[in-house]
Amino acid sequence: MEKIKAAIEAAVPGAGVEFVPNPGPAAEHSLRLAPTSAVAVATFLRDDAELAFDFLSNVSGVDWPDKEITEKVKVVRQVTKTVDGPEGKVDQQVEEYAEETRKRVEPGCLEAVYHLYSVAKKHGPLVLRMKTVNRSDQVELPSLTPVWRSAEFQEREVFDLYGIVFTGHPDLRRILMWDGFKDHPMRKDYVEPDDYEYEPTPHDHVLARTQEHEDRLQVSGVMDQEPAAE
Amino acid sequence: MSFVETKTEKMDGWNRPPVIVPDGEGELLEVAMGPHHPSTHGVFRMDLALDGERVVRLKPVFGYLHRNHEKIAEQASYLASMPYTDRLDYICSLTNNWAYALAVEKLVAQAVPERAEYIRIILGELTRIQNHASSIGFLIQEMGASGTPLMYAFREREKILDLFESLTGSRMMCNYMRFGGCRVDVSTAWLEAARKVIAGLPQFVDEFETLLSSNEILMARCQGVGILRSELAVNAGVTGPLLRASGVDYDIRKVDRYGIYDRFKFRVPLGDHGDVYDRYMVRILEMRESIRILEQALKDIPAGPVMDAKAKIRGFRPKPGEAYGRIEAPKGELGFYLISDGGPNPYRYRVRPPSLINLTVLEDMCLGSNVADVVLIFGSVDIVLGEVDR
Repeated sequence: MEKIKAAIEAAVPGAGVEFVPNPGPAAEHSLRLAPTSAVAVATFLRDDAELAFDFLSNVSGVDWPDKEITEKVKVVRQVTKTVDGPEGKVDQQVEEYAEETRKRVEPGCLEAVYHLYSVAKKHGPLVLRMKTVNRSDQVELPSLTPVWRSAEFQEREVFDLYGIVFTGHPDLRRILMWDGFKDHPMRKDYVEPDDYEYEPTPHDHVLARTQEHEDRLQVSGVMDQEPAAE
Repeated sequence: MSFVETKTEKMDGWNRPPVIVPDGEGELLEVAMGPHHPSTHGVFRMDLALDGERVVRLKPVFGYLHRNHEKIAEQASYLASMPYTDRLDYICSLTNNWAYALAVEKLVAQAVPERAEYIRIILGELTRIQNHASSIGFLIQEMGASGTPLMYAFREREKILDLFESLTGSRMMCNYMRFGGCRVDVSTAWLEAARKVIAGLPQFVDEFETLLSSNEILMARCQGVGILRSELAVNAGVTGPLLRASGVDYDIRKVDRYGIYDRFKFRVPLGDHGDVYDRYMVRILEMRESIRILEQALKDIPAGPVMDAKAKIRGFRPKPGEAYGRIEAPKGELGFYLISDGGPNPYRYRVRPPSLINLTVLEDMCLGSNVADVVLIFGSVDIVLGEVDR
């Protein structure tokens, strides 16, 4: 793995490849590519005589939602206290140590994971990953379909189910969901619709679920937002 | 209509299907083939554009059977997805079980007892034989030979499905493998019955070949049709008999040597031209090699437990990490990619479906041929829609 990383950095200057360890027993470590140089790195991996990763097996999307992390922090506070002084009671500024729970939000991202093998040399897998800046408006990643054709349908699927927009893909359309569909169902925060059928008189349990759903949406404020761009 | 040229490697866009410019005489006819066409093996649609008899554009349309298997699996525990993998490629449920079990075993570094490995190989190869037999049967059916070859194949498949039923309780939805072994042990009587079925298989393949391999109509319809070049096949991620018919020596049983495949002697049949006939022939030869593996496995199967004693069943929570496990399923490389966050259900569960990815090159194979050949080429890819749409 280190060798491959060194080879990439020698061949593509400024590649910005980052090593991502896998803590599990499978120990399939991966390399994170910078989106700007990904196509150049991929072409190098495919065409290099030594590495010859000519076979892209699997493309999968992964959703990492925003994480709310609660942590306890020690803070120093200025507190005014009334103290007995020589001239009666006096207000005085005193430093007090307190423990405070703070919440911070770690921004989420969408990730595309590529599993490469070599048919010519019969080695592999090499795991490549790329991640987007955030989950809402900066979701572009370069498409690797021009390098490996097998990414064509799989990247379409990732676009369909996760909403990663692959720039440079020759035919980026929805593949499994229908064309008029709005959301991306594999995201962790996807809320499924109450009823797929348009009945003139919906049953009571459908109405009850819709009401529950609408209350929840109003609390989270999802209703105010525009649906995700196609 | 202009001639369909093939682009050589290293040209810009060599791995894209060629764009055919019609000569302007007459109009293009757009045909929606499917989703209820009898040749599409389920609900699948091809949007064709025809210039006279020739296909000048083909766009596959998926999703009629989509139920988001991956999302459902993310909401269930690891073991609860095992019966659901049966429904992916419902012709070969046992190899789906195997691929999933292999990926989870890789995720938690779980060992499998020797007897269970032998049982897995026996069931996997029986699955391969019945899949190839029925896929050839369907191929010949689509050529117009109504029924007879398909029924010959189904007669043999029935015997194998009976074996599955007596062992697992179900003919097609077997739900048999577990993480660290198999659900129940095979009995001596079952092994005896399996030996009897396997002893009859070479005769079946011989009979099949006598009827078909040198049949003039079959040769005329299949040879030189739907050619797939080896560089494009590798680049497009094609696997299984389709890849080997294009002459690429890549069999995951030989490359990864998962399970105990390194103990068996078998050869990997390869095609020469990459046409429909080669795919047919590779499948026939693979059945013969599978019979060889089965004979060796049934001779050597040891006694012992079928579940690893240390296998954890209750409170199964893999440590955080990820794993990609793959096997050579009858249709190609079937892989499962799992990410665990330490919880009882997978954080990410991804199926790498061979059927979907083998269809990437469908347009390239079909351009320039007529509609009757499209049916044939599509049949030679051998897909199951339960796995394509998931």
